[in-house]
Amino acid sequence: MTNKTGPGGDVRLTGIAKTYGAFTAVHPLDLTVPQGSFFALLGASGCGKTTTLRMIAGLEEPSAGTVFLGDQDVTALPPYKRPVNTVFQSYALFPHLDIFENVAFGLRRRGLKSVKKQVEEMLELVQLGEQARKKPHQLSGGQQQRVAVARALINHPKVLLLDEPLGALDLKLRRQMQLELKRIQTEVGITFVHVTHDQEEAMTMADTVAVMNAGRVEQLGAPTDLYENPRTTFVANFLGTSNFIEAEVDAKTGEDIVLKAGGGKLVLPEARCSAPAGTGGKVLVGVRPEKISLTHADDAGEIPEGRNRITGRIADSSFIGVSTQYVVDSPVCPDFEVYAQNIDRDPRLVPGAEVVLHWNPAHTFGLDAAQDADAGVEEAV
Amino acid sequence: MPFVNWFKRNLVVLAGLLTLGYLLLPNVVVTVFSFNKPKGRFNYEWQQFSLDAWKDPCGVSGLCGSLSLSLQIAFWATLGATLLGTLIAFALVRYRFRARGAVNSLIFLPMAMPEVVMAASLLTLFLNMGAQLGFWTILIAHIMFCLSFVVTAVKARVMSMDPKLEEAARDLYAGPFQTFVRVTLPIAAPGIAAGALLAFALSFDDFIITNFNAGSTVTFPMFVWGSAQRGTPVQINVIGTTMFVVAVLFVLVSMVAGNRRNRHKA
Repeated sequence: MTNKTGPGGDVRLTGIAKTYGAFTAVHPLDLTVPQGSFFALLGASGCGKTTTLRMIAGLEEPSAGTVFLGDQDVTALPPYKRPVNTVFQSYALFPHLDIFENVAFGLRRRGLKSVKKQVEEMLELVQLGEQARKKPHQLSGGQQQRVAVARALINHPKVLLLDEPLGALDLKLRRQMQLELKRIQTEVGITFVHVTHDQEEAMTMADTVAVMNAGRVEQLGAPTDLYENPRTTFVANFLGTSNFIEAEVDAKTGEDIVLKAGGGKLVLPEARCSAPAGTGGKVLVGVRPEKISLTHADDAGEIPEGRNRITGRIADSSFIGVSTQYVVDSPVCPDFEVYAQNIDRDPRLVPGAEVVLHWNPAHTFGLDAAQDADAGVEEAV
Repeated sequence: MPFVNWFKRNLVVLAGLLTLGYLLLPNVVVTVFSFNKPKGRFNYEWQQFSLDAWKDPCGVSGLCGSLSLSLQIAFWATLGATLLGTLIAFALVRYRFRARGAVNSLIFLPMAMPEVVMAASLLTLFLNMGAQLGFWTILIAHIMFCLSFVVTAVKARVMSMDPKLEEAARDLYAGPFQTFVRVTLPIAAPGIAAGALLAFALSFDDFIITNFNAGSTVTFPMFVWGSAQRGTPVQINVIGTTMFVVAVLFVLVSMVAGNRRNRHKA
């Protein structure tokens, strides 16, 4: 591991931006990727995530700002002088070279003569030792993908950039490769920056996820943090599904905010509210579908005290094996989504039934009501 | 009706064989008549088997001189047209510039132009410029009409090439020169080779444009044309057969080499 850096091997982007004529692909952006972490840039296509990645690689010149690798300012360096390697979406394996030579390419260009041992070790790491003398087109998609990873990793880059590397694989293989990449990252300890539009992929693999939207980072954090505490409706909708209720701030009691929504009251812990919440102000109250319990209206008395509750009628239900997904028509929100685990199914919960939705107030989050509650719904996969 | 059934089953093969025969029959005639011993000056009727012409291929005055000239012109024309054509093809595929579409169509124009018209216009041009007709005017004309073909062949190849491959090379520590030599050129090579072969073939047997712009210089096609007026020496068939055999050998060798490489790697 000749290039392995000591402490201070972070990737730091300061004020980095990219414009094409009048179009701004990336707005001035500050981002730090800690050394050795698995970092995901998540967003819909055209959000600027790939452009950001290419600016780190040097394949795209930033219109403004600086790229640091550790303490070194690499902004002006061409890609072939940066200790960074990329796994391309199309893999970009050299079709005229066999697998061995593809993997050896980077070492040879840096003037290494005896590459055999290193290449063989790397091919073992990605379990392709047998295929060394085949041409890329003779391998399957998953194997080609592993060659692309090996070809980049053999150079021991400070950072490995992955541009939607699993996009071309089918679902099953993709899940397998997610775990495989995670294993390799843990094994080699190199910083991975992974660009993807698949929220599940980002959450499965990354330690830290930056959600990008329209050239900006909407929110950055650990996957659980982003999921449980989204700060914008875009993040709330892009990562999983969220229900929103527009509510008015009624009062504040200690650490909680009490809200009025459609005649009922909802409680929201103040710490989980990212919007300014003055009395009389509007707040978007969010809750994830799987946090909600569904009780038939006849049994409403059995619901414990202290839970947020709203009433409604089941509009639709679909059984998908592990759970049943209900759409509930409620006065505060016309299509409230509820996912119920199929543990004890209540036969009365069919479309048309009057129900009470209730959940622990700790699972509620509050967002600024000034934004579009449907942001990010279309883009989510 | 076993015959009808057999015929139906093998119709495609039969049609293929007939077409192949149609294609190759002229070559067979050329080869057979290179072993003829004609009675008069014309080699149009089979008389008797003889190796005379093969033993003395340069026996006709002016033949080998014209052949050597044609080979030289074809060599330089191929080199010039391939070099320029490859550069043009890369420029047209890789760069966005003003009038790129127009240039793209203009490149095709010489291929569509009737050759006689182009030959006459070239002659006018050379005469007006006061150029001495001969080797150089032929070479300039040949490079000109070969260019379009080379550009077309190379462009097809470069267009199908993933630009990410060059990015990958740059990402893997190859500078601009290394990227070109190690990645771009090897991948574009089949297109360039196809363009070069086409250029060689076109230049070597061009008659019309050459005849207009050669002055007193005589190339091999001109020699054949000239002698056909007065009588056709058997040596022409010998040269024709040799060219054919060389071409076939060239193809066979490259196929065997390709197969061996693939087998070795697999």
